[in-house]
Amino acid sequence: MNALAPPLRLFTFAAPPRLYALMGRLVPLCWLLAAASAFAGLYIGFFVAPTDRTQGDAYRIIFIHVPAAWMSMLLYLVMAFWAGIGWAFNARMASVVARSIAPTGAMFTFLALWTGAFWGKPTWGTWWVWDARLTTELILLFLYLGYIALVNAIDDRRRADQAGALLALVGSINVPIIYFSVKWWNTLHQGATISMTAAPKMADTMLTAMLLMTVACWAYAFAVVFMRTRAMTLEREVHAAWVGDLVGRAAVGK
Amino acid sequence: MNWGSAAEFFAMGGYGLYVWGSYAAAAALMLLEPLLARRRHAQARRDAALAGTDDDGL
Repeated sequence: MNALAPPLRLFTFAAPPRLYALMGRLVPLCWLLAAASAFAGLYIGFFVAPTDRTQGDAYRIIFIHVPAAWMSMLLYLVMAFWAGIGWAFNARMASVVARSIAPTGAMFTFLALWTGAFWGKPTWGTWWVWDARLTTELILLFLYLGYIALVNAIDDRRRADQAGALLALVGSINVPIIYFSVKWWNTLHQGATISMTAAPKMADTMLTAMLLMTVACWAYAFAVVFMRTRAMTLEREVHAAWVGDLVGRAAVGK
Repeated sequence: MNWGSAAEFFAMGGYGLYVWGSYAAAAALMLLEPLLARRRHAQARRDAALAGTDDDGL
């Protein structure tokens, strides 16, 4: 037992070296989970789930489209949450986590739009329409890109974190608007596939494949966000003694 | 099993362009992003090895 190890407290992992080490241990587990569930999800999605009676095989886009769209919204809320925590409690690592979520969220938002276009063309006859669901999802992409641009445009890191937190928190109003857009407005986009209050409107195998792909996207997001957080932690703490020990830096001048 | 042959699988009932266009984009981006993150981490380690330690050690 390391005598220097402090007891586990709420803010134990707010310390950069401990968060860095914890994330390093979690990354391979996340990749394992992502690969296994993606393999199972794609296998069931393509080889077990039957062809849809009305949409033919075009519907198989759902197994990536819906998980990507869910992740785009979820990651935005998680990003705004950590950005807000970083601002309210002056917790640096929370701000770092928020920053490292943004590119992954933007990636999933782009994928949701892209796969939606590739699904819209054969089923609606158009790649794009200025419809409530599509437009609000596009705004989500701009919010992610705006957040990334803003935090990178301000040199003072803590001021950048604070400005980013404000943008992220104000922008989070868009997420419920995306979610309920298919209810509030007339739209080409179909309603929610999964509801807490009604039986799923799809075959069991289709649902299983979609949920496995959601687990895969979730684990992927954890893995890549942890990797980016570790890189950003080293960048910020470049002069810290623990980083020096980590990379085998010789003590200089003392 | 849904497919009689590999050709049938790739044709996706005539929707091959749309189905594979979606999954190709997903695969490309989800391979690229971790590679970029790994490169950034390696670069940060190299930079840290060359940097100095603060006097206060913090």
